[in-house]
Amino acid sequence: MTPFRRLPPSRREAPETDLTQRTMPSIKVASLGLAALIVSLACLAGTPARATGLEEALRGLGSKSRKTILRSIKDLGRAGDPAALPALEALRDRKLRVDEQDRVLILADDGTLARDALTGEEVPVAGQRLRSPVINNRIRRTLLPVIARLQLSSPDPGVRLAAAKEMVKRPRSGAAGAIRSALETERDGKVRQALRLALALIEIDSPDPVRRISAVRTLGASANANVRARLARMLQTNESGEFTAEPDPEVRAAAAEALRSIDRRLALVSLARNLFYGVSLGSVLLLAALGLAITFGLMGVINMAHGEMLMLGAYATFLTQNLFRSYLPEWFDWYLVAAVPVAFGVSAVMGMVLERCILRHLYGRPLETLLATWGISLLLIQTVRLAFGAQNVEVANPAWLSGGAEVMQGFVLTYNRAAIVLFVFFAVALVWVLLRRTPLGLRVRAVTQNRSMAACMGVPVSRVDMWTFGLGSGIAGLGGVALSQIGNVGPELGQAYIVDSFMVVVLGGVGKIAGAVWGALCLGVVNKFLEPYTGAVLGKILVLVFIILFIQKRPQGMFALKGRTAEG
Amino acid sequence: MHVEPVGVGLGGHSRESEARVPVVRRGGPDTSHGIILYVEGLTVSFDGFKALDDLNLYIEDGELRCVIGPNGAGKTTFMDVVTGKTRPDAGTVFFGQTVDLTRLTETQIAQAGIGRKFQTPTVFEHHSVFENLELALRGNKGVWHSLFARLSGEERDRIEEVLEIVGLTESVHARAGLLSHGQKQWLEIGMLLVQDPRVLLLDEPVAGMTSRETERTAELLTSLAGERTVVVVEHDMEFVRTISRRVTVLHEGRVLAEGSMEAVQNDPRVIEVYLGG
Amino acid sequence: MMGPWLDRLAAMHSRRGWLTTALVGAIGVIGVPALNIVPPPDTWLHIPDYVVMLLGKFLCYAMVALAMDLIWGFTGILSLGHGVFFALGGYAMGMHLMRAMAGEGVYRSQLPDFMVFLDWKELPWFWYGFDRFWFAMIMALAVPALLAYVFGYFAFRSRIKGVYFSIITQAMTYALMLLFFRNETGFGGNNGLTDFKRILGFSLQDPATKLGLYIVTAVCLLLTYLLCRYVVTSKLGRVLAAIRDAESRVMFSGYNPLHYKLFVWTLSAVLCGLAGALYVPQIGIINPSEMQPAGSIEMAIWVAVGGRGTLVGALTGAMLVNGIKSWFTVVFPELWLYVLGALFIGVTLFFPRGVVGFLQRFSKGGGSCTSNR
Repeated sequence: MTPFRRLPPSRREAPETDLTQRTMPSIKVASLGLAALIVSLACLAGTPARATGLEEALRGLGSKSRKTILRSIKDLGRAGDPAALPALEALRDRKLRVDEQDRVLILADDGTLARDALTGEEVPVAGQRLRSPVINNRIRRTLLPVIARLQLSSPDPGVRLAAAKEMVKRPRSGAAGAIRSALETERDGKVRQALRLALALIEIDSPDPVRRISAVRTLGASANANVRARLARMLQTNESGEFTAEPDPEVRAAAAEALRSIDRRLALVSLARNLFYGVSLGSVLLLAALGLAITFGLMGVINMAHGEMLMLGAYATFLTQNLFRSYLPEWFDWYLVAAVPVAFGVSAVMGMVLERCILRHLYGRPLETLLATWGISLLLIQTVRLAFGAQNVEVANPAWLSGGAEVMQGFVLTYNRAAIVLFVFFAVALVWVLLRRTPLGLRVRAVTQNRSMAACMGVPVSRVDMWTFGLGSGIAGLGGVALSQIGNVGPELGQAYIVDSFMVVVLGGVGKIAGAVWGALCLGVVNKFLEPYTGAVLGKILVLVFIILFIQKRPQGMFALKGRTAEG
Repeated sequence: MHVEPVGVGLGGHSRESEARVPVVRRGGPDTSHGIILYVEGLTVSFDGFKALDDLNLYIEDGELRCVIGPNGAGKTTFMDVVTGKTRPDAGTVFFGQTVDLTRLTETQIAQAGIGRKFQTPTVFEHHSVFENLELALRGNKGVWHSLFARLSGEERDRIEEVLEIVGLTESVHARAGLLSHGQKQWLEIGMLLVQDPRVLLLDEPVAGMTSRETERTAELLTSLAGERTVVVVEHDMEFVRTISRRVTVLHEGRVLAEGSMEAVQNDPRVIEVYLGG
Repeated sequence: MMGPWLDRLAAMHSRRGWLTTALVGAIGVIGVPALNIVPPPDTWLHIPDYVVMLLGKFLCYAMVALAMDLIWGFTGILSLGHGVFFALGGYAMGMHLMRAMAGEGVYRSQLPDFMVFLDWKELPWFWYGFDRFWFAMIMALAVPALLAYVFGYFAFRSRIKGVYFSIITQAMTYALMLLFFRNETGFGGNNGLTDFKRILGFSLQDPATKLGLYIVTAVCLLLTYLLCRYVVTSKLGRVLAAIRDAESRVMFSGYNPLHYKLFVWTLSAVLCGLAGALYVPQIGIINPSEMQPAGSIEMAIWVAVGGRGTLVGALTGAMLVNGIKSWFTVVFPELWLYVLGALFIGVTLFFPRGVVGFLQRFSKGGGSCTSNR
C-alpha cells in the first residue's frame, strides 16, 4: 500500500549485533528469579507433568536438530513459564552448551562455570568438551519474541516493568505481537503504560499512516526524553525545508501536537523536581538554621560553632551506626532511630558545656562572642580530625531510606530526601511544643522578653540560658543526623552550612521560628530554581545580592517584630 | 549580664534615601507667626498599640513648655518623632513655617537646630569631658572638615564658658565614663548648649540629680528660655511647678489638657488619669 | 602658613612616641636589610634571606591589622571580609605580573597560561591595561575601594550594625571566593595566578629584588602607620570612636554616621588592597583561598591579640600571631589550630584589651604609643 519502507533492512539487523551486550543485566535479574522459581517449583512438587514438559522442552533447546530446537522454543513460548527464560536468553546470546552427559548448561560470564538449566546446579566446565546448539536466523526470529513474551509474563511485576521499559528504550519490531498479547492480560497499570508506549514506539514505524497517528498520540501522553527525541526526528527537514523523515502531513501535525504536550509535561516534571529539591535543600537549611534561630534569635548569642554542632550530630550518627553494626547487626536498619536522641544529646550537652564555660562570660558583647565561638569551632574541628581522621567517614542509609519512588516519569522522589522533609516537620513541631507548651518554654520566652523582670519573678535566668543554648545546639545535632543521610560526613561538614544558615536567620528575621521556616524554604527553592539558569555559584551570589537588597527594604527580616525597642 | 534586645542590630528605617530635602539655612526657621513647632495629626503605632493618636501640639518660639503624663502617654515617642528617630504613620511636624521634620534624618534635624537630651544620659564614655564638648560644638560636621579640623580660639572660649555653666571645669580632662550620673546629665546638657540649638528637647533632665543640682538645672532652663525654646518631659512635679509657665498633659497619645500648672492640676480629667484607674 | 600644620602633625605623638616610632621605623627599614647584607652569612648577626622574606610577609599582615583596627578597634565595626580587599589588591598585582611575562609562559603565548589552557582566544576586557604597572597599582587600590564603598553604602544606609554587619561581610567573602574559584570568572580559577617572573624588570628569583620588596613594604607600612595615626588623632578619629560608643548621640549632635563609616571603611579597604599588592610579589602566588572566610576572621584575632583600639597593638598582634603560626605550623602542625582556637577564646575571655592593654596596666607611664582609647 505505502510505497515507503521506512526502516531500511540494515537497521532491522542492527539489534542482533549488540545482543550480548544488552542482555547482561536482564540475565542477572532473570537468574535471580530462576533460583527463586526453582526453589518454589521444588516445593510445589504437585505439578510433575508440567515440570516434565518444561524439562523436555529445555532439553530440546540443546538438540542437534534445528527442527527440535524450533519446536522446543515454540513449546516454551506456549507454556509461558518464565522459568525457561534464562535458557532461552542463553541460547540467544550463544551461551547455551550441552556437555557429554547431554546436560543443558548455561555458561557463566567468565566461561569456567556453568549452571544446569534444569536443576540450577553449578557445574565446573573447565576442560570439558561442550557443544553449542547451532542457531540460524529462523530460530532467532522465533526466539526473540518468545523471550520478550516470557519476560512479560513473569509473575513479578518488577520484571515485567523492566522488560517493558527495556522495550521502550530499544523498540524491536519483532516484539509487537508479544506486547499485544501481554496487554490483554496485564493488570498492573505501570506495566500497561510502559507496554503501550513500547507498542507505540514500534507502530510509529508502521507503513500505515493511521497506525502511525495513533502511535504518535499514545507517545504524546508520555514524558520521556527518548520518546521526545524520536518524535522530533519525525519532523526533521533537509536544508531546503522538505520533511525527510515523515511524508504524511497529518502524521506530522499529530507529532507536532504530541511534542508540545510532551514538552508541557517535561516542564511540569522539571518544575516538580526543582520544587522538591528546593524544599529538600530548604529543609536541610532549616535544620541548620532552626537551632540558630533559637540561640541567635532568642538569646542574641551569635554562635559561629553552630555548624560544628551539626558536625557533632553527624559523627554521633556515625558512631551509633558503628555500634549497631558491631553489637546489634539484626537491628541495623533501625540505627537511625536510635541516632536521633543520641545526636541531640551529644550536641546539646556540648552546647551547655560551652555556654557554662565560655559564652555566659561574654553576654552583651556580641562581637567577642562571635570570635570566641569561632575559636571553639576550630578546636572542635581539629579534635574531630585527630579522633576520626581528616577523611570523610561512611554513614550508610538504612534499607528503608535507600532508593525512591518514581512519582512521575523522570522524577524520582528519593526516600532519604523525603524523610528529611518529614523530619524537619518533626523538629519544628518539637521546637514549637517545647517553646509554647512547656514550663521551660515559658521561662525561655520570659527571659527573652524581659530579662531582669524574669529574674525578679524568680526565673533562674542563668540556668534558662543554659537550657536554651542546649536546646538550640541539640536541634543542630538533629540537623547533623539528617545531613549524614544525604551528604558526606567529615570534620568540615559544619563550615559549609554556617554562612547559609545565618543568611536564613537574617532573611527570616530574628526571634521568630516562623521566620526561620520561611527564610529557609525561600532560600532553598530560589537556589534550586536559579541553579539550572545560572549555575550553582552564580546562583548563590545572586541569592546573597538579593538578601542584601531585601534587607534594604525590610531591615528586620520578613517577620519583623515592630515595637518599642531600646536604642542599641 | 545583658542580652542585646532582639532586632536592635537591624533597627531603624532606611532614611538616607530621603536626604534630598533642603536643609534649613543656618539663619533658622521661619517663626513669623510666633510658633516654632507645629505638631499636627501625629499618629504612631507599634503592632497595633497607638503610642501617639492624632496628637496636635503647638509650641511658641522662646517658650518653656513642660510635657507631663502617666507612663505610656507617648511623651518619649513624641520626642522621637520630632528628632527623627521614629517615623510617624500619619501627621506632620513643622519646624517654623517651612520645614517638615518628618522628612528629615536625625542628622539633618540636629543641624537644623533641634537638640535633644535622652532619658538616660548618653555621652561619649571613652572621651574626655572636653572632647565630648568639642564633638558637640556647633560647626561644620562633614568628614573632610573633621579630618583637618583644629579648634579656634573662640571655640575654645565657648567650651570653657559652657564648662563653667555646667560646673565641670574641674573635670575637664576626666573620662566621661567616670563621671557620676548627675555629672553626666550636666555634661549632656552642656553638649546641647555648645550645639547652640533653637529648640531643646529634654527627656527627664533632673532624674538622678540631687536637690541642689535640680535647683541649678531649673535656673539654667529658665535662663535659656526666651532666646531658645525649651521642651521638658518630666515626672518630677515639683520641678515642673518651679520652671513652667505652660504645661501640656498627654494621655494615651493625645493632649488631655493644657494650661498653667494650677489649671491643669485642678482639671478633673487630669486628676482622674493620675489618681483614678 | 605651614606652621599650624606642622604643629598638628607633631601633635600626633608625644616626644617619646616620635622617638620610638623613628627607632622602630629605622630598624625595620634600614636595620634588617643592613643585617641581611653586611655581616657574613655564618655570623650570628646575619639575618638570612628566608627570615627577611618572612618578615616582609608579616609586614603586609601588619598593614592589614592596621586597616582592621581602624574599622573595628576605633569604629566598632567588625568586618569579616577584609580578606577580600586584601585578595583583590593581590589579584591586581598578580594580573600585572602575569601580563609582564606575556610570551614567556609554558605555552609561549601572549595570553596567561591558564587562558591558553581554557582555550581562550583573547584577553577579557577586565585584563586590559594591566600590562602597565601604574595602572595595576591604581586598580589594586581602586577596586577594593569601589567594592567597599558600594557594599558599605548599602549596608550602612540600611543601618546594619554589629554582628549583622559581620555576618553580611562574611557572606560577601564567601560568595566572592566561590566566584573566583570558577575558571570562567577569568582569574585562573582554583590555581589563581602564579609562576611570576619579574617585577618592573627585576627578576623575582633574585635575593636583591626580594630585599628591595621588603624595604618597599617596610616604608609603606611606616607611612600607613603615620596615616592611621593622623586619622585617629584627628577630630574625625574622635567622631569614629564616638560612633562606636554612642551612635545616636553622634547623630543628634549633627554628624552623619553614614559618611564617617563609609570613609573609614573605604580607607581600610584601600590599605588592605595595598597590603595585598605588596604581598603577592613576595609570596609568588595569589589564589581564591586568600578569600576564605576563615582567613578574614584570623585577621580580627591579630588585632584582638595585640589590643584593639591601639595602632601599636594591631602591629604587635599581627607580628606575634603570625610568628607563633610560622613556628607551630613547622614544629607541631597538628597543634596549630588548637593554639589558634585557644587564642580566640583566651583573648576574648581574659585579655579583652590584648597584649598592649595588659602591659599598660603594669606600666602606667607607657602611654606614649597608645591612642586616646
